[in-house]
Amino acid sequence: MIRSRETRWSLFAAAVGVVFLFAAPQVFELFTIINLTTVLALAILALSLALVWGYGGILCFGQTMFFGLGAYAYTIAAINIGETTAPIFIAIFVAAAFAAILGYFIFYGRVSDVYLAVITLTVTLIFYSLLRSTSGPEYKIGNALLGGFNGVTSPPLNIPGDPSNVLYPEDMFYVAMAALILAYLFCVWLTQTHFGRVMVAIRENELRAELLGYDIRLYKLALFAIGGGIAGMAGVLFANGIGRVTPDIFNLYNTALTIIWVIVGGRGTLIGPVLGAIALFYLTSGLGTQASINNNLVLGIILIVFVLLVPRGILPGVIGIWDRAQSRSKLLRSEKRMRRRRAPRRPEQEAANDG
Amino acid sequence: MTGEIVLETRNLSQHFGGVVAVDRVNFTLWDAELRCLIGPNGAGKSTFFKCLTGQLSPTEGDVVIRDFHAGGREPHEVARLGVGIKTQVPNVFDGLSVEENVWLAARRWQGAKRAKVLTDETLERLVLGDIRNDLVGVLAHGQRQWVELGMVVAAEPWLVLLDEPTAGMTQEEVLRTADLIKEINQTATMIVVEHDMQFIRMIANQVTVFHEGRILIEDTMDAVARDQRVRDVYLGHRQQ
Ligand SMILES: Nc1ncnc2c1ncn2[C@@H]1O[C@H](COP(=O)(O)OP(=O)(O)O)[C@@H](O)[C@H]1O
Ligand SMILES: [Mg+2]
Repeated sequence: MIRSRETRWSLFAAAVGVVFLFAAPQVFELFTIINLTTVLALAILALSLALVWGYGGILCFGQTMFFGLGAYAYTIAAINIGETTAPIFIAIFVAAAFAAILGYFIFYGRVSDVYLAVITLTVTLIFYSLLRSTSGPEYKIGNALLGGFNGVTSPPLNIPGDPSNVLYPEDMFYVAMAALILAYLFCVWLTQTHFGRVMVAIRENELRAELLGYDIRLYKLALFAIGGGIAGMAGVLFANGIGRVTPDIFNLYNTALTIIWVIVGGRGTLIGPVLGAIALFYLTSGLGTQASINNNLVLGIILIVFVLLVPRGILPGVIGIWDRAQSRSKLLRSEKRMRRRRAPRRPEQEAANDG
Repeated sequence: MTGEIVLETRNLSQHFGGVVAVDRVNFTLWDAELRCLIGPNGAGKSTFFKCLTGQLSPTEGDVVIRDFHAGGREPHEVARLGVGIKTQVPNVFDGLSVEENVWLAARRWQGAKRAKVLTDETLERLVLGDIRNDLVGVLAHGQRQWVELGMVVAAEPWLVLLDEPTAGMTQEEVLRTADLIKEINQTATMIVVEHDMQFIRMIANQVTVFHEGRILIEDTMDAVARDQRVRDVYLGHRQQ
């Protein structure tokens, strides 16, 4: 199978990530580094949707629900347990398990693509309004007060096995960046396995995959749960980056944003949506500091421009242009060679050149 | 016919609203057979075929493949019995290479090493080696059909069901397909749906003729070709 170019680029991207991991704290100001944890959490969320939608063809319009569930599960577990290592795994498990349960009904019920989008969006918005209505003192899970629209303060990560040894915000950057690199490599590996190739096959043609004997319901369910787990992990980092979880994680704006990241970055690539999330974060926070242009308007325009003009997204678009340029220059080169071969040598010209 | 019955339908019916596409069909296929299913367009061949392969859930009746009740089961459950299926409208993975299409079929049943060998063998056997890295989506219709046949072959099925395998092929490709089908029949029992009589003549011995959702006649190719009713059905449709 000819996927070596893809693999090479993925490893290159991961290497750039590692360099960034060590270089960024030397280069950037503290404020930027602390802020980066949140950005990287969003990037991992984008990665999870790139996997589920871009590779698996499952248009989940509620990837933020698993993200939010991860963030809430982490926070509530950490408050109750009094340390944060187990809560990380609890958060990932809760998000993946919820994705598996929801996915069971969707995929085994043979829900069509459009309804899948509607259902996932609806469930996300249900979480939003449910959590908003938990402001009374009676809404408690263990020691954790849910706090309605104010949310809950998230305990920061501690060193495993040492609850009193809490990470500084600037140290969180290392954790978040390492998590992004590892999650990315995991996704790259997954897409190269037999499982991953079957997922791509299902995206290309469900019926053919079934006729080959693949149970597509099971494959989709598995991918959906894996994507949910990754989003849940991103939620843990987000809770750490912001220091608090609120129902707003589940709101319509955020879930639409995840879709825009993937459309802008490009479906069918993993790194594209990651970069899309980071770029759009800095674009919107840059716009947020001035008052003249409305943020939502800009996002809307970006969405429309991409859907109409760059439907494959930036990265696949650039790769396409690069490939075309390559083959054109190859063509030109071979044409030149042909012409040279065809042209009869003119001795007087050669002599002139020599002289 | 002697030997074992490998596929049987019992009173199989498929209705679409008021349309009775398949009407109480009792059909029997014996081990090692190469059976051709013919009939004019709209006779119900593809619908019958889809009932056999789990793509449609029959309105009534049952499909039995060996001991497995296949009526109303999922396509992957039928495939899992060792059944290779090619649909009338080519179903291939357009965004993937020829090689990967075939590999996905082989890898379903085999470990990584054996799947690789099987893929190479299949590509060579179907003369797809030169285009193995091409995306299937850019290929000509006839070539796409061959890729789909390659996927069927690479799964090493014991029962092969093909719906109009030569549609859109050049004359030369049709001849090669006839040879390939005879070759596959060396190791697999087969049903081939066709409405092109020329092609049927090349491969068939036992033929089942469908007409208006029912079996009109079931006999050798020669007997079927001589039958007046079959002529009427075909001529009648040609005049339309
Ligand atoms: N999904 C469907 N919905 C409604 N009618 C259908 C459907 N599929 C087939 N039919 C009808 O059933 C009849 C048989 O069609 P088909 O099985 O495709 O015939 P054949 O393959 O012999 O040409 C036709 O009248 C066709 O219009
Ligand atoms: Mg047909």
